[in-house]
Amino acid sequence: MADETSTQVTGELTITLNGTQVDARKGELLIAAAERHGVYIPHFCYHPRMRPVGMCRMCIVEVDTGRGPTLQPSCMLECAEGMVVDTESDVTSKAQDGILEFLLINHPLDCPVCDKGGECPLQDQTMAYGPGESRFVESKRHHEKPIPISDLVLLDRERCILCDRCTRFAKEVAGDPLIHFINRGNHTEVNTFPDEPFASYFSGNTVQICPVGALTATPYRFKARPWDLEQVESTCQTCSVGCRVAVQSSRNEVLRYVGVDSDPVNWGWLCDKGRFAFESVNGDERLGEPLVRTGGELRPARWSEAIASAAEVLQSTLTAHGPEAIGVIGGARLTNEAAYAWAKLAKGVLGTDNVDAQLGDGLPAEVVLGLPSATIDEVCAPGGTVIVLGPDTKEELPVLFLRLRHAVLNDGVRLIEIAPTATGLSAIATASLIHHPGETAEVARALVGQPGLGTDAGGVNSAALEVARAAIAAGGPVRVVLGRASVAESVSWTVEAASILSSIPDTSFLMALRRGNVRGAIDLGLSPGLLPGRVTLDGGRANLSGLWPTVPATPGMDTTAMLTAAAEGHLRTLVLVGADPLADFPDRDLARRALAGVETIIATDTYLTGSSSLAGVVLPAAGFAEVSGTTTNLEGRVSVLSQRVTPPGTARSDWAIASDLARALGVDLGFASVEDILTEISSAAPSHAGLADALASSSDTDGVVVPLSGPTPADALLSFTVPTSDALLPRHSYSLRLVVGRKLYDEGTAVHHSPAMTNLPVGGALRLNRYDFDRLGVAEGDLVRVIAPALTIEAPVVVDPAVPRGSAGAWFNQDGLCAADLIDITAPLTVLQVESLNGQGAGS
Amino acid sequence: MTVSDVAPIITSRFANPDAHTLSGYRATGGYQALAKALSMSPEAVANEVKEASLLGRGGAGFPAGVKWGFCPPGVWPRYLVVNGDESEPGTYKDRMLMERDPHQLIEGVLLACYAVGCGQAFLYVRGEMALAQERIAAALNEAYAAGLVGRNIMGSDFSVDVILHWGAGAYIVGEETALIESLEGERGMPRLKPPFFPAAKGLYMQPTIVNNVETLSNVPWIVNNGAAAYNELGAEASRGTRMFAVSGHVKNPGVFEVEFGTTTFRDIIFDPRYAGGILGDRAVKAFIPGGASAPWFFEEHLDLPLEKGTVDRAGSMLGSGAIVVMDETTDVVRACLSLVRFFAHESCGKCTPCREGTTWLERILTRIISGQGRPTDLDLLLDVSDNISPGIAWPPKQTTICPLGPSAVSPISSALTRFRGEFEALIDDAVAARTAVTPVEITVGSHG
Ligand SMILES: Cc1cc2nc3c(=O)[nH]c(=O)nc-3n(C[C@H](O)[C@H](O)[C@H](O)COP(=O)(O)O)c2cc1C
Ligand code: SF4
Ligand code: SF4
Ligand code: SF4
Ligand code: FES
Repeated sequence: MADETSTQVTGELTITLNGTQVDARKGELLIAAAERHGVYIPHFCYHPRMRPVGMCRMCIVEVDTGRGPTLQPSCMLECAEGMVVDTESDVTSKAQDGILEFLLINHPLDCPVCDKGGECPLQDQTMAYGPGESRFVESKRHHEKPIPISDLVLLDRERCILCDRCTRFAKEVAGDPLIHFINRGNHTEVNTFPDEPFASYFSGNTVQICPVGALTATPYRFKARPWDLEQVESTCQTCSVGCRVAVQSSRNEVLRYVGVDSDPVNWGWLCDKGRFAFESVNGDERLGEPLVRTGGELRPARWSEAIASAAEVLQSTLTAHGPEAIGVIGGARLTNEAAYAWAKLAKGVLGTDNVDAQLGDGLPAEVVLGLPSATIDEVCAPGGTVIVLGPDTKEELPVLFLRLRHAVLNDGVRLIEIAPTATGLSAIATASLIHHPGETAEVARALVGQPGLGTDAGGVNSAALEVARAAIAAGGPVRVVLGRASVAESVSWTVEAASILSSIPDTSFLMALRRGNVRGAIDLGLSPGLLPGRVTLDGGRANLSGLWPTVPATPGMDTTAMLTAAAEGHLRTLVLVGADPLADFPDRDLARRALAGVETIIATDTYLTGSSSLAGVVLPAAGFAEVSGTTTNLEGRVSVLSQRVTPPGTARSDWAIASDLARALGVDLGFASVEDILTEISSAAPSHAGLADALASSSDTDGVVVPLSGPTPADALLSFTVPTSDALLPRHSYSLRLVVGRKLYDEGTAVHHSPAMTNLPVGGALRLNRYDFDRLGVAEGDLVRVIAPALTIEAPVVVDPAVPRGSAGAWFNQDGLCAADLIDITAPLTVLQVESLNGQGAGS
Repeated sequence: MTVSDVAPIITSRFANPDAHTLSGYRATGGYQALAKALSMSPEAVANEVKEASLLGRGGAGFPAGVKWGFCPPGVWPRYLVVNGDESEPGTYKDRMLMERDPHQLIEGVLLACYAVGCGQAFLYVRGEMALAQERIAAALNEAYAAGLVGRNIMGSDFSVDVILHWGAGAYIVGEETALIESLEGERGMPRLKPPFFPAAKGLYMQPTIVNNVETLSNVPWIVNNGAAAYNELGAEASRGTRMFAVSGHVKNPGVFEVEFGTTTFRDIIFDPRYAGGILGDRAVKAFIPGGASAPWFFEEHLDLPLEKGTVDRAGSMLGSGAIVVMDETTDVVRACLSLVRFFAHESCGKCTPCREGTTWLERILTRIISGQGRPTDLDLLLDVSDNISPGIAWPPKQTTICPLGPSAVSPISSALTRFRGEFEALIDDAVAARTAVTPVEITVGSHG
């Protein structure tokens, strides 16, 4: 069925509900209006976030619209003035009892061994209203017990009540119509197409919304019964969308995340990476005790010993070389409170401004804070135009992708994407402007230029540009989702393009930065030149005078500059706060040289990584679900993080580690609790003024967007200057411009330490357009010679229609071909030559 | 016995061996109505059909001209969908019309498109009807080649494309919204009405008129001869002629075009020109007046006229025009099972009561017939029926999405009301047989 515009709820009317007059809204479904007035109508197929289908018939009630009472599905019926509804009449009850009996006659009733038992709507309905005995003496329908429909999801067709929730979700919400009804009548079943698994990034949602135990997730199956679970509400930090989740645990072990419906954010959905990353909380290899390098090896140590040893390194560096010789990288994994504590330690105690939460793969903090900002709801509001100038949201910010998809398909939002390769949104974009790497700004210029120019720009043809210009001209606000589409090119072109787009009237920006709390870290000062509260060093110094021992005088280095300095021997001590430059910095060679070039590395982390295993001191940190506090999503929305379990071994929260280090350096940060820090943030950070009170009085689920009232005081406002972009390189026919994006499943901690997901990364290969591929004369998957500026390697090559001619794609942080090996961060653009092992070349 | 002698309207060419060709059709007045219509305004053509009381022949019997007026004004494009999925047991009139006189249907389609303002028509032919598909496709090709379909028809500025679509073997796709889903490439499962009334939100959510093959085959004659001439035939709202397919225990089963509204059941079942009486001259036990979904009629209904309102008031329907006769030797329990099994087999599975309930009914009946009946089974049959079609009334109420579920209830309620004794006898025999041997324990599950 073709898509329909989602219903707008407007106007007031009156209906009679079980004898009482109540208000309803025009367009409101009867089942929702009844619920608002405390009348629960049983239902299975209806789900408030999906289009109603009226299939299960459980919600039928007697409705009189003037022509006598008839049974109507309340999930399909919009309220109308004067409607008389009886949800308790004999006719209603008889019909509903009948439906329930029909659903049960073929149901296996294996509740005692069913994961859903205890939280199953079918079981609950049956307990409340169901018949005590079955009148069905025939043998039940039989199917092979659970069959895997993907790596993560199993399907038990005997339990399925064919409510169409999972199939509807897959098709309508996720856009992955890989599960479907097959056969008919009493033989109807849900299944995949032969040899095509339900490989969707969003498959876990079907398990959550299945109203029975037909769909189960491998990581949770048979782990616990619902009544044994304890839960708290929290916010996923696996990426910066900040989906609301319920964290559920049993016996001090996190066992499941369940999506919570936050109206401004995730609508109850989670991506599979976020949902199943709970396994990495419990990982066997979690760091549970401090490690100190003695005799060349990392050995377990006591906290007092490790802290003293770290403080000694910091103190001696300070004494010998001054604060500029210390660098602090990381912080995007932390809570806001820990980020603030680390900013206070680094900038206020150590006095260094060489502090950066981003790893050379993000956007300059001035850009993030300086452009007018938009919330997800503002981006998705009906009637506007969205320009996505950044990464593939489906891969990097999955639930934002779902919101954008909904906005385009249901709310008439026009979407223009400016990207170097096709993305998950291309198929539904009004205009998909796939351009040459490094020519983003050209495309932006053409987009804001006069219509009818008739010329191509950056490899995008004029017709596509014309369609995009028309979309903007159609009126309504313009919202830009801004981020890095490729880390194989200088950020300057992206910044330039953003500044060009900001000239369109009524334009605002949503920052598509990827890491969990990167936004909170930047807001709270973990960025060079900034202090907590979105202010510059000069703008914020006075405000901090009574709170911080010192404030750096001049802006320090960002991660790229710090690593460069380290490689050259100018940085003596590097503190890695949950950061792994070897895995995450775009130029692995530089990262490697930098880590080798410093005297000492001090690392806090949840797992020993490539980088932290080179450290002199490793401090085990408490992670997600083990700490409480707040986090900030990509909109600047602050929400509450909750602790549900205790950390492994003696691992401690990052703010406590910062406090201990400060104390060992002779300074008391003044924090005895997370609440103390939040209170200080509320007064020290201008953009966060009043935050503690606002959070206390807000709904936990939706959080609050900072700044709470208007912009930050004018004198402290950030502005950014557009860098002079690097000159465009001439294109020539035997070279390919490299594009490096990310896949949802990579070799990062969340995937790597979650057993259910370790097989999911696609692996690295060079991806070429069919045209360029054919010039190589090799077969799919063959090894080819890849000649990068700094090295030549052999790597497998595959065809990818998403990559345009003249470009070469490589995924970041995958096994096989590691893109970070190819990138030279000093070059504005990484250009490759590719040839078959016998010397035949590709290129356009 | 009085049988009115009227000239056939839609089967007039059935005797001509070349009726299915363009030349054969043209030689007998074909496409003259189209030429005439093109000299009239679309409103005038629509009015003529509205004046003629042309009741839809697909089942519901809704007047075609009135339906055509339901498209919301000013909403374009609109589509015409022709329902040629004819699958109701005992119904085989549309197949004959498509095989024997495909151009008459195409001309009717063009006239409807002209009157309603459709630029595209979709002709959905049941998957199993190979000859009908072949003939329709050939006729359409000829009509395109002759400038009768396609761009600038007959040199006018009226253009219509006709798209053919073959079904894939599901009875439910005859239901108009399921047919629309199927045309869109989805599973053939009905949509909910409201909100998805095709005239307002049909194919691709655009206004869509769905008409039956026989309905549209009448339109050329009406345009040629005028509504007044059409309304001279028939009685009350049932005007013109209508095709009825008679099957079952009759001497001469077949499809007969008779005057609508005046001919009686007795006429069509017993007259030698039609079904010719009961096999072996046995007595009538029951007959189905209008397709498998219709409640049964009995001896006392034989003199009712084939008139919509009259049959409705008598508690059944003319439906798709299929009359199935059961003589006195019929085992009604088996007959009932055979009908219920059909609906259970054809349930699309979309809604719970039909998907589960029709199969349950089938299995209870099967058990009774196989000697495993229990005394409680008859009440159970009725209560399960009641949960599909509350009140077991006529016209039926439904807990289902479409009328297919309640269709399975019709034979059960008819047979149990009239012949309860036959069911009881089977059950009594079964109980007696069981008590004579070792008692069989029947396990009763309980819900946990
Ligand atoms: C279960 C079911 C099956 C149906 N099958 C057919 C069919 O095979 N052919 C048909 O023309 N109409 C069939 N109908 C009726 C159609 O839904 C629709 O009313 C009809 O095509 C309208 O055409 P008419 O107004 O010209 O009769 C069926 C309806 C139901 C509920
Ligand atoms: S598997 Fe679950 S969600 Fe999917 S149709 Fe069956 S019951 Fe509904
Ligand atoms: S989209 Fe991001 S925040 Fe949401 S569940 Fe996935 S990883 Fe977590
Ligand atoms: S009543 Fe039967 S055929 Fe009709 S929608 Fe429901 S399941 Fe499908
Ligand atoms: S909840 Fe309304 S029909 Fe299923």
